[in-house]
Amino acid sequence: MSDHSNGGPHASGTVTTAGQGEAEKFRDPGLPPHRPRLADVDPRAEKRAERQVAILFVVSIIGTLAFFYAYFFIELDQTIGTLRLQNLVLGLGTAFAMLGIGVGIVHWAKTLMPDHEVAESRHEIRSESDRQDAEKIVGDIIEETGIKRRPLIRNSLIGAMLLAPLPAIAIFRDLGPLPGDTLRHTMWDTDVRLTRDPDGTPIKASDVTIGSAFHVIPEGLNEAEHKLEEKAKAVVLLMRLNPEELNPSEGREDWGYNGIVAYSKICTHVGCPVALYEQQTHHLLCPCHQSTFDLTQECKVIFGPAVRPLPQLPITVNDEGYLVARSDFHEPVGPSFWERG
Amino acid sequence: MKALSQRRRHPMAAIALLLLGLLVTGGLYAVASTANEAKAETTYSASDIAEGEKLFVANCATCHGMGASGTDDGPSLVGVGAASVDFQVGTGRMPLQMSGPQAMEKPNQFTEEQTAQLSAYVASLGAGPGIPDEEYLEHEGLEAEEIAEGGEIFRVNCAMCHNAAAAGGALTRGKFAPGLADVSEKHIYEAMATGPQNMPVFNDANITPEDKKKVIGFLKTIESQGSPGGADLGSLGPVSEGLFIWVAGLGAVIGFTVWLTSRSS
Repeated sequence: MSDHSNGGPHASGTVTTAGQGEAEKFRDPGLPPHRPRLADVDPRAEKRAERQVAILFVVSIIGTLAFFYAYFFIELDQTIGTLRLQNLVLGLGTAFAMLGIGVGIVHWAKTLMPDHEVAESRHEIRSESDRQDAEKIVGDIIEETGIKRRPLIRNSLIGAMLLAPLPAIAIFRDLGPLPGDTLRHTMWDTDVRLTRDPDGTPIKASDVTIGSAFHVIPEGLNEAEHKLEEKAKAVVLLMRLNPEELNPSEGREDWGYNGIVAYSKICTHVGCPVALYEQQTHHLLCPCHQSTFDLTQECKVIFGPAVRPLPQLPITVNDEGYLVARSDFHEPVGPSFWERG
Repeated sequence: MKALSQRRRHPMAAIALLLLGLLVTGGLYAVASTANEAKAETTYSASDIAEGEKLFVANCATCHGMGASGTDDGPSLVGVGAASVDFQVGTGRMPLQMSGPQAMEKPNQFTEEQTAQLSAYVASLGAGPGIPDEEYLEHEGLEAEEIAEGGEIFRVNCAMCHNAAAAGGALTRGKFAPGLADVSEKHIYEAMATGPQNMPVFNDANITPEDKKKVIGFLKTIESQGSPGGADLGSLGPVSEGLFIWVAGLGAVIGFTVWLTSRSS
């Protein structure tokens, strides 16, 4: 027991408490001596600080005026130079308008406002009497409302409160409808012509020379009702390479035409457009996370976080020599989703 | 006429018809293909071709083989066209300095005349994209709408590799798409037409010569007008902008914090 005494002068070795030991280990250093600032003792320094604060506020005023000057009086012409100047003055004006006030107030508080130190002692977190008071108030309210004695009121209130949240269901329902099978279908269909993005002109097979890459949308997309939604699913990259370099798996031999193949441009990782085509290595690179797909292996993933190959659009040529789709994609395009299975 | 209708059920009729159809399609195809490449086929003199062959044998044949038929070290150049030679040699990418992920731009090894002679020789080996006509490079007269159209074509076809502000970007395994500032109109056009190295080909059927001119107009416009938002930090997007805000922005925040908590003198 004697090692708990810490050698204090009054330690008897048997009545030492932990509290006393700690009090001696951590002595409250108290507050450091108050040091007056320059502005507290020197009236000239005080005046100077006052002027500095006022100048900072004037800087803010000038900033606001500069904003309005740029907003109303810098005429935008056809060149980008005036736009750049206006942007610059709008930005700098707003920045100085805000900074002038902020820095001025802080400088004011630091130099001129009283800076004496105050120690506030911590008060008790919860007193037993407060707790009893609160309990009594709740009891009184229940008693005065008479909810126990008036079942009619109580039951109708319960009914009202059960019904009231129901409109929320209707409102959240309007966030829908659920996508249903729209993620599984695109605008591509049998005999839909492949057209150039963005102008929508059809592509002849003879236009696609070896090494070419065409950015393709389905015919009629530009007139579609939900153009961007449809485009986000249907964009395709069309490439042509030597037919010997393609290694189609069984059942997919006729999905291309003379070395011309079409693959979805939507990355199977998180849906960025995979359009960085290297015509010598036949790699397709996604710019977002560097998933790399090998065109000669049916766009198998050879690097990066994507896990599924890019879906291939089966294509052929119609009587007029235009490239057309044989069908829609055989699997959902783009990233995985919950119900994809 | 009678004789024809009598023979239409002849066993060979279907085959004859098929042959006729194939001939017509093939003929039309040949006409269409030549129409694509017929423009700007500058006529080279025999002396140009002869001089070009000498230069080729001395400088290029080691890799591309005698008669430009290709070896294990370099592809055949038959049919690549004058535009391809003019781009590769004119930008200094060829002759190759060393093998690597891709040929680098470097100071030109040949004079303009020598480049033209080499182009003449390679063009004489087989038809390919020719050096573009001046009319498709002269973009000064383009309307604002046409330049905006060029921007749209650029964003659909080129921006994924070359960056929306044409600042260039990385590809796989050390390859990269170069920035397009300070590239001459002719070389931009030739790159689109021939697809140098890993760049895909954008032939005249895909992007017409007029549209190529609009793309060039757009590139030269964004190059000369500068960035609307002030300093563009290399137009590299989140990398340089993130570095700037993490260093300069957070630096300012830390500076203010130190100042806020310091004692006034």
